[in-house]
Amino acid sequence: MVGILEDKDRIFTNLYGLHDWGLEGAKKRGCWNGTKDILDAGRDWIIDNMKNSGLRGRGGAGFGTGLKWSFMPKEVKDGRPHYLVVNADESEPGTCKDREIMRHDPHLLIEGCLIASRAMLAHACYIYIRGEYVREREVLEEAIKQAYEAKLIGKNNVHGWDFDLYVHHGAGAYICGEETALLESLEGKKGQPRLKPPFPAGAGLYGMPTTVNNVESIAVAGTILRRGAAWFAGFGRPNNAGTKLFCVSGHVNLPCNVEEAMSIPFRQLMEDHCGGIRGGWGNLKAVIPGGSSVPMIPAEQCEDLPMDFDALRNLKSGLGTAAVIVMDKSTDLVRAIARLSYFYKHESCGQCTPCREGTGWMWRVMERMATGEADPKEIDTLLDVTTQVEGHTICALGDAAAWPIQGLFRHFRHEVEERIASYRSGRLHVQGAKLIAAE
Amino acid sequence: MAIAKVNGVEVEFEPGMTVLQVAELAGEEIPRFCYHERLSIAGNCRMCLVEVKPGPPKPQASCALPAAEGQEIFTKTPMVKKAREGVMEFLLINHPLDCPICDQGGECDLQDQAVGYGRDDSRYDENKRAVEEKAMGPLIKTVMTRCIQCTRCVRFITEVAGSPEIGLISRGEDVEITTYLGAAVTSELSANVIDLCPVGALTSKPYAFEARPWELKKTESIDVMDALGSWIRVDARGSAVLRVLPRNNDDVNEEWISDKTRYAVDGLGRQRLDRPYVRVGGSLKPATWAEAFAAIAAKIKTTAPERIGVIAGDLQDAESLKATKDLFTALGVKNLDSRQDGAALGAGPRESWLFNSTIAGIENADVVLFVGANPRIEAPVLNARFRKQWVAGKTRFGVIGEQADLTFDYDYLGAGAKTLAGLAKSKSDFVAALKAAERPAIIIGQGALARADGAAILKAAAGLAKTVKVVREGWNGWNVLHTAAARVAGLDMGFVPAEGGLATADMLKPGALDVLFLLGADECETAASDAFKIYLGTHGDNGAHKADVILPGAAYTEKNGLYVNLEGRVQMGRRAVFPKGEAKEDWSILRALSEVLGHKLPYDSLDQLRAKLFADHPTFGQIDYAPGSVAVSFDVGALGADGEVSDAPFESPIKAFHLTNPVARASVTMAECAAVASGAAKIAAE
Repeated sequence: MVGILEDKDRIFTNLYGLHDWGLEGAKKRGCWNGTKDILDAGRDWIIDNMKNSGLRGRGGAGFGTGLKWSFMPKEVKDGRPHYLVVNADESEPGTCKDREIMRHDPHLLIEGCLIASRAMLAHACYIYIRGEYVREREVLEEAIKQAYEAKLIGKNNVHGWDFDLYVHHGAGAYICGEETALLESLEGKKGQPRLKPPFPAGAGLYGMPTTVNNVESIAVAGTILRRGAAWFAGFGRPNNAGTKLFCVSGHVNLPCNVEEAMSIPFRQLMEDHCGGIRGGWGNLKAVIPGGSSVPMIPAEQCEDLPMDFDALRNLKSGLGTAAVIVMDKSTDLVRAIARLSYFYKHESCGQCTPCREGTGWMWRVMERMATGEADPKEIDTLLDVTTQVEGHTICALGDAAAWPIQGLFRHFRHEVEERIASYRSGRLHVQGAKLIAAE
Repeated sequence: MAIAKVNGVEVEFEPGMTVLQVAELAGEEIPRFCYHERLSIAGNCRMCLVEVKPGPPKPQASCALPAAEGQEIFTKTPMVKKAREGVMEFLLINHPLDCPICDQGGECDLQDQAVGYGRDDSRYDENKRAVEEKAMGPLIKTVMTRCIQCTRCVRFITEVAGSPEIGLISRGEDVEITTYLGAAVTSELSANVIDLCPVGALTSKPYAFEARPWELKKTESIDVMDALGSWIRVDARGSAVLRVLPRNNDDVNEEWISDKTRYAVDGLGRQRLDRPYVRVGGSLKPATWAEAFAAIAAKIKTTAPERIGVIAGDLQDAESLKATKDLFTALGVKNLDSRQDGAALGAGPRESWLFNSTIAGIENADVVLFVGANPRIEAPVLNARFRKQWVAGKTRFGVIGEQADLTFDYDYLGAGAKTLAGLAKSKSDFVAALKAAERPAIIIGQGALARADGAAILKAAAGLAKTVKVVREGWNGWNVLHTAAARVAGLDMGFVPAEGGLATADMLKPGALDVLFLLGADECETAASDAFKIYLGTHGDNGAHKADVILPGAAYTEKNGLYVNLEGRVQMGRRAVFPKGEAKEDWSILRALSEVLGHKLPYDSLDQLRAKLFADHPTFGQIDYAPGSVAVSFDVGALGADGEVSDAPFESPIKAFHLTNPVARASVTMAECAAVASGAAKIAAE
């Protein structure tokens, strides 16, 4: 057997687009089966089962999905409609799972939207899709059309829960993947994160109770409720339940998207699905385990590493979106992190001070570190600057910009120091030596 | 009342307050840039970070965090100190080191807080960011490299001024504050962003490189550019008034002033009458005070009182009005008028010409009808209050008159008197709302009253007011929107034609009078009158041009004086500088003239004059008191008079906002603003 997860337990059975993504194909794979029974079971049943399944949000933060749904008001009051917003602005470097769901298994997402909306008493749902995802949007819209035509969703549908689904196309800004910036953008404003509190469950889209969920979190809901919370909870270690899409990129022989059980050992994930590390296990240098914003971990920590939220958090990294970026010994880690710093500098919304000013500063220093032109004492300054950004901003982009740098220096500080030293050797003037003019 | 702890000290606070406010209650100073009490909370500067328990183990933005019962707030912990130092360092890395040439120097929040909360040095070795200057019109000078992106200006223009023309574009470290396409800001309140700007990014263009704040003598006074009586601070150096800033008064102007209030003051140094003149052989010749008085006395002593008339201007203080009235009444003159525009007010009780809801109280109105008023140009600061009500969704507005952009939505009902007459019977949604309102208000402007049929229109409006019961127990919604700072004072002391006397329009007719005394009256057309004209005033403007004798008086910054604003609030203006040249304070000129005319006024000092004023008209003695909705005996239906009503639409008397009085007309800045506003000048976005 390859991997841990058996084929019968896969949720995304058309992940690779080998079958028909349309309604007929989806129904054959089990989608839309018994959806009415799930909806009829009511809000509390759905939320309890989601809680019991142990599903943690797949967007990166890993917050319990059932718990998040339960924060929505229990009834619609004062004519304030509830909204579900699906975050399909998948822009984290390394992450490419949601696009596969949207273009190959869109009906799982649509069904999940209906179920989640039922659970939070919403009659309208918006899918905010990343600007660059043009084909994905076309497929998704076509699938929504099919669902409307089959009266699976819409007014007076066969499920007895009036429900409208809209797709909104973003303009390709990373920050619009932050949930409140996404809401701002959806409202037609500039995509800048809002202050919290108030949280979206109290005042979200147009000031109404709103829940923002990741595509994967929503798309797995239908199957979880069909097969039972216990089935889903049976995978992975306690508190890290379920199956998960892993997006493996970088220096592996077969980069891939794969659905696997949580807590699969990193080495097994590499060797069973990705054809191993390029040049063999011994050639592994470091891994960014959860998308560009989590700190990297060195090869020696990867040996028996279960890929789940808690294990990676204990290593001061994170599972994030499970976008595993593998780097072998040919990688210039400093250059790689400098490039990520440029990304965060470019994608900062510019609203709040530490991120606006700090991301540019960190990037400039990282660029000089990458060439070795920096001063050795700048390393500590840089680390101090990352702590001045981290935790001081409105949204988590400041943290995301700081962590990769902290991860680099936590494990590979010596590489930077060596590079600076080698740049300096033979260049007396950068060491502060006086140049004597040839008079 | 809830209780929280600030640095271990228990503080009681109102639920709904933020952590920042609670900390201030406890006497802790919280540094901030983006937070401003009268604007929405942005929470983006991150300077106000504090430590809060219970809460996440990281500092919280206190300006945006609601305080909670039992919360512990720490403002002096190492975490807070480090957070402040960090934010301050970030703010400074791209801030230029040009304090020595920055006009904000000495009153710069960034400078002050950098000293208070910053590190002693910078660790930033890269090049600093440079940002292109932006064109924002003749008032706002921009040095955008200094901008710290607090977005106070964006929020003010969007929320308070209601003309969303300033915005934050781009993202990350490339964000820039700019106007849309580099156009001038059109709001009448635009220059308030200069006060709001915590750094030197937006500074005052006319005041650029004029002075440092510590060089200036600061005098707290009252504005006369409109009838609101905004609280201002006049900053002067030597004999020159360099700038005017707002003072806080929640009951009048909150902390805003209009661009005219702020920038007309350069007109105080131009076109000034600095010595007496007498017309000899058709042209005005400089004269001594004695010669001028002699010329006047010669004329007045040989003229019958009924052939003498007096018109008072719009910027006069109550004392000069009183002295004028006393002097000419003593001479037996009945032709006195303080209404240059001929507004049909002055008869009836005091409530009939006041803004009875009061400026602060109008926020309680639920339905407001404007009749012949354009508050945006007649009282821009008051208009911001209407907008505030509208934004809060508390008030519905209707307009009869010009269909202008008031910065808020309203029901447009019609243009003129016909609509007003038929309104009570109208089946429209707005009228139903007006009738059903708990606190309805009618705001009638000079566009409806200052015309030949003003009295009849007043009657129609008063009839409507009676029908919809704008005056009721605990509420008086009858409001007159004045445009002249001196008007209410004039009406309060009865500066109107006595029994059988002529009003302004009749006095100005050819052959009506032999002597016309103009007390700063520049807004009425005196060309047709063939009377001997005496002008007492400050500027070589309309009144002085046609005068036979000119007496140089003191402008509003050059004398102590009382002004009554539109709600009947008596306020005290103070002298910031001395009158120009040989000019004197108006009341003392009149006192001296009275002696020459043989009817010596019974006061030798301003205090004695005020004592007489208070004795004769007790309302003037109630300084800074707005009568408000106290009188329930006021019969609003009895106002006005029958008469023919014309179909002409109501038009605001103000055609050009920036040029409404002699000071503003002498101002170069106001001329530039007027040119931009009228489209005569274009500001290039280069």
